[in-house]
Amino acid sequence: MLAHLPVLQVILPLIAAPVCILLRRATLVWLFATVVCVLTFAISVVLLVQVMGGEPIRYELGNWVAPWGIVYVVDSVSALILVIVSGIAAVAMPFALRSAASEIEPDRLYLFYTMYLLCLAGLLGIAITGDAFNLFVFLEISSLSSYTLISLGRNRKALHAAFQYLVMGTIGATLYLIGIGLLYALTGTLNMADLAVRLAPLLDSRITLAAFGFIVVGLGLKLAMFPLHLWLPNAYTHSPSVVSVFLAGTATKVSLYALLRILYDVFGVRFDFEQQPMSALFAIVAVAGLVICSLVAMYQQNVKRILAFSSVAQIGYMLLGVAFATAAGLQASLLHIFNHALLKSGLFLAVGCLVLRTGSSQLANLSGIAREMPWTMAAFVVCGLSLIGVPATAGFISKWYLVSAAIEKGWWPFAALIVATSLLAVIYIWRVIEVAYFRPASDRPAGSPPATEAPLSMLVPTWIIAAANIWFGLDASAPAAITARAAKALMGAGG
Amino acid sequence: MTVETLLLVIVGLPFAGAILILMSGDRPNQRETVTIVTAVALFAAVVSLVDRVGAGGTASVTVVETLPGLPIAFSVEPLGMMFALVASFLWIVTSFYAIGYMRANEEGHQTRFYACFAVAIGATMAVAFAGNLLTMFIAYEILTLSTYPLVTHHGDAKSVRAGRTYLGILLSTSIMLLLTGIIVTWILAGTLDFRPGGILTGKAPDWIVIVLLGLYMYGTGKAALMPIHRWLPAAMVAPTPVSALLHAVAVVKTGVFVVLKVIVYVFGIDLLNSSGAGEWLMWIATITLVTASVIALTKNNLKARLAYSTVSQLAYVVLAGALATQWSILGGSMHIAMHAFGKITLFFCAGAIYTALHKTEISDMRGIGRLMPFTLIAFLIGALSVAGLPPGGGTWSKWYIALAAAETKHLIVVAALMLSTLLNIAYFMPIVANAWFVPRAAKSVGAMAAPVEAGGLKEAPLFCLIPLCLTAAGCVALFIFAGEVQDFLAPMIDGLSTKAR
Repeated sequence: MLAHLPVLQVILPLIAAPVCILLRRATLVWLFATVVCVLTFAISVVLLVQVMGGEPIRYELGNWVAPWGIVYVVDSVSALILVIVSGIAAVAMPFALRSAASEIEPDRLYLFYTMYLLCLAGLLGIAITGDAFNLFVFLEISSLSSYTLISLGRNRKALHAAFQYLVMGTIGATLYLIGIGLLYALTGTLNMADLAVRLAPLLDSRITLAAFGFIVVGLGLKLAMFPLHLWLPNAYTHSPSVVSVFLAGTATKVSLYALLRILYDVFGVRFDFEQQPMSALFAIVAVAGLVICSLVAMYQQNVKRILAFSSVAQIGYMLLGVAFATAAGLQASLLHIFNHALLKSGLFLAVGCLVLRTGSSQLANLSGIAREMPWTMAAFVVCGLSLIGVPATAGFISKWYLVSAAIEKGWWPFAALIVATSLLAVIYIWRVIEVAYFRPASDRPAGSPPATEAPLSMLVPTWIIAAANIWFGLDASAPAAITARAAKALMGAGG
Repeated sequence: MTVETLLLVIVGLPFAGAILILMSGDRPNQRETVTIVTAVALFAAVVSLVDRVGAGGTASVTVVETLPGLPIAFSVEPLGMMFALVASFLWIVTSFYAIGYMRANEEGHQTRFYACFAVAIGATMAVAFAGNLLTMFIAYEILTLSTYPLVTHHGDAKSVRAGRTYLGILLSTSIMLLLTGIIVTWILAGTLDFRPGGILTGKAPDWIVIVLLGLYMYGTGKAALMPIHRWLPAAMVAPTPVSALLHAVAVVKTGVFVVLKVIVYVFGIDLLNSSGAGEWLMWIATITLVTASVIALTKNNLKARLAYSTVSQLAYVVLAGALATQWSILGGSMHIAMHAFGKITLFFCAGAIYTALHKTEISDMRGIGRLMPFTLIAFLIGALSVAGLPPGGGTWSKWYIALAAAETKHLIVVAALMLSTLLNIAYFMPIVANAWFVPRAAKSVGAMAAPVEAGGLKEAPLFCLIPLCLTAAGCVALFIFAGEVQDFLAPMIDGLSTKAR
């Protein structure tokens, strides 16, 4: 049983998804999906413990030996991503009971849970697979289900947002597929480890270069790398709250993980950063994304949109760490993937509570809401401080590692930029806080319903994440150890 | 209880108090009892710690290892103990004062007020006993954030604006400069612990030391070095007890405490002198202390005048750090205690005058001496102490700083110190003189003057009056017993330099 955990990790939610359609009744489906999510999370934790205790796990599907069969690889990098994805999915589930019920048509609720589990299976699959084509399959599973999830939003703009994402996401996936196709034509294999070996003498080939370009741009679209992020703000803003929580915490990060896998495990560090100008490219898009999207976030009138633009900006931090092309920088990136998943899902959870009670995430509707919903807003403040990078929160740990990595690399201006942009975060987070705490409730548009504190089923998940933000700000030894090992593994793989 | 446990209790007690305060929100008397009991218990704990450890002793305790090699840890040394003693004692006094003030003025949100107050004191204790720069930085930011609701207490547009300035300056300087400085220190020295003689000696070329000192000094926005001092006057929109404890003791003293601690235990005065890094800091501090005094002269609002006086007085401590001799560090350390007592007395008086007569402008305060004789006497003593004249404790600290300036042949600095004393007299004494010797203008004061009968006493409630008399007495006591403070700090001063002086 224990030996089969890697495949169970993906198969469990994948098989559970159609079962939801059979169960049909909303509450029953919810209960079933929750159990599945919690089990999935438990599996990922066990895998992480196993990996941290010993060697990476290689699992051959159906006993087909690699490179002919598909192989699942669980090492410290993928185990970390698995825990993040399944953890967020599990925490969001209790939250979904009330939140989804209030924002999605009742007769479509079972479809929501189906898609949710499907999306989860896809994301976990991307993280665990050691096969480049299999990665594409899971990428499509997660993408198609997330288009559906976004379109479930009650507002008609959700359809537009989903369509926009569908178009751009499909372009991204197609580019990735072209890249993989070229590599296959060149080497005759799709297994990542095998690809790396066979590609080594062919790195100067034009075809390799073309494949490299297709893959980077394709996955760049999926991970909302500036300026390929245009689908993201609408998708996060108009989707149902619980979908925003799930996608903001996981989707872009898993795509970034996929990019890192391909960059480090297939092409190798030397090719990426010595032969190709990936340092410069990542540094440029990271800085542009950071500065521009932080500035744009400051002028948004919808809290979800503020957070969405902030997400694009924060991806800049992750890319910047990669751009340093050092183990310290990579570790900082991986840490920020973890910490940002915590803090951004916490923020979206709090916003979900606000949406449930006020019916809107427009800033104007939230005047003085802190008096009626003190716990929700307190969680928002905690996660907001984490986003800013105030010490004793998770976000601070990322800042610490990023700035250290920048200074060690000798890129002083970037160290200054990292701290300066966190001040832009102060501005857009504080706009929300000032409205919620200091504006009188009478400033809300006429006809706004009177608000009360969110139900416990939503507050508890929100506060679990908020508390985790503080916990991992005070004691970051575990994530630091895992990411240190993960960064070493990635850097070492390419020689 | 071991000393280590005691240390954790001291840091934890105010936070526990804050939770209890929040829980007794709908029972005001119980809530205030919790505040007073916590404050007294905290002071008792600090006294017992000082008693157990003694002036020269050390003790340290690690709470949790945040990052490999970077724990959250607390430890004991003389400067921190002195700071903790002062802050915890003044918390008791301020709590009584706050009860009188907040009730007399019928302020809202009192539960939030007392809870944030307790958290701020907890953060101050954590700064005082921080065992390394990381712990200090975390506590520093908690202090910033927990005082934000106190500054914006009234919740009106003016407080929100002031809150923006307050948070904007303090957060941006600390995240941009202080954090960078700490990370650079970590990379250079491989440790963030406070060690006598510093941790940077021989680790970096002089120009990096100079830049690093800049990062620290301007990163510590709470020390209000010009031109990042604007948050301090802005924060004066807060209720007076907040201004009194936080902006005369906890917040600003945390700023200069960090400055001294960094200079003594991170750089070490030898490194500061040999690299020449102290030079520019000395001039900035000198300019700040004179300029702020001049600006104080122009302010008609009493609290604004006190605020600029604080900016000027903080620069004394920074100047003491920059001079980096044994005398100056002694003077700077003593000034933390001396100025705390003096300035809190002045703020208490300002609040008492507001509570009793609803006056905030100095020009309206003519002739009020007959109405509030005790308050005005206390004000006089506080003002003398802040100006650095007998019988106030401030005399000694200023003496040592001037001595150090003379010893290092910086005569311009000595002159600036003397000039500043004159300016202090110029902006404080007219208030006292006008209150006593100028008769009250018949009508100019407006409506509030009418009900007050000449000749009758119109002091603030006893809850306000007794604390301010106590702290005024404290100023005098510090003048008489300054030797005790000096002896207490002696172990730190002795360990300052490895060179024989």
